[in-house]
Amino acid sequence: MIAALAFYAFAAILVASAVMVVTSRNPVHSVLYLILAFFNAAGLFLLAGAEFLAMILVIVYVGAVAVLFLFVVMMLDVDFARLREGFQRYAPFGAVVGAILFLELVLVFGAWQLAPDAMDLRLSPAPAGVSNTEALGRVIYTDYIFLFQAAGMILLVAMIGAIVLTLRDKPANSKRQDIAAQIARTSKLAMAQPALGAGIAREEILRPLPPPAPEPKKVSHEGGHH
Amino acid sequence: MLTIGLAHYLTVGAILFVLGVFGIFMNRKNVIVILMSVELILLSVNLNLVAFSARLDDLAGQVFAMFILTVAAAEAAIGLAIVVIYFRNRGTIEVEDVSTLRG
Repeated sequence: MIAALAFYAFAAILVASAVMVVTSRNPVHSVLYLILAFFNAAGLFLLAGAEFLAMILVIVYVGAVAVLFLFVVMMLDVDFARLREGFQRYAPFGAVVGAILFLELVLVFGAWQLAPDAMDLRLSPAPAGVSNTEALGRVIYTDYIFLFQAAGMILLVAMIGAIVLTLRDKPANSKRQDIAAQIARTSKLAMAQPALGAGIAREEILRPLPPPAPEPKKVSHEGGHH
Repeated sequence: MLTIGLAHYLTVGAILFVLGVFGIFMNRKNVIVILMSVELILLSVNLNLVAFSARLDDLAGQVFAMFILTVAAAEAAIGLAIVVIYFRNRGTIEVEDVSTLRG
């Protein structure tokens, strides 16, 4: 009874906030409604018995992805009014496509039924008497370990990709290989092996000083400041 | 009506999926909202997987939902990075003239 009421409440708020995400005038509001939608989806996951996924949804989505969206929306100085110009023009077309898609989904789910031997074909049946998190851990670290490693790899590649894409190139600050300078090195700078205890200066190998850093521009305060 | 079964979850998932697709059509110009709509679609897929997992008492569905979550997070990070550099270069995020990027 309580579970059913909770389900209807979560589902109603989820659908309503999803509607607001796609129709909201201000993208900041869209992101905030997206956060609300994720919270309610986490509630639905809890009701379905997937506690670990519910917590992951709150932590990863609300804590990281949605905040990332919020950062980008607020960081970019976008003229959002201009982006909404074609809104009315596209709405009927989108509504038609959405209605057709929904009808198809209803037909599929309405005609679908569980195969009689579906229960015997389960990949990893949930063990009894074990919490959801523990059961999931047992499965992930044994049967799905390679997929788990691949997921970590995907995250690593995504992280490096995002950094590489958004990094601004500042030659003065970045240390990178200067191949010309490396090839033009004279033998004077070759690796030396001084005797134990003797400094490298005794071998009369002196490294040339690096070129002096450019002086910061002087700011004078004598002028017509007030 | 008061016992929640698989059909209820599938209905919510279908509505969420359709809303995501609808959002992509509505906000043709705004990439950020398109990315958010894609997140909604992935969320509906996760909802379906979790519902079937609960119905069959099978953990594989939840494992797959977790991997979808991972891929969705990576996709959001890369997508937003592309949006940021596109905005730096063009001063707008209208996707309708993205085709000017063609070589």
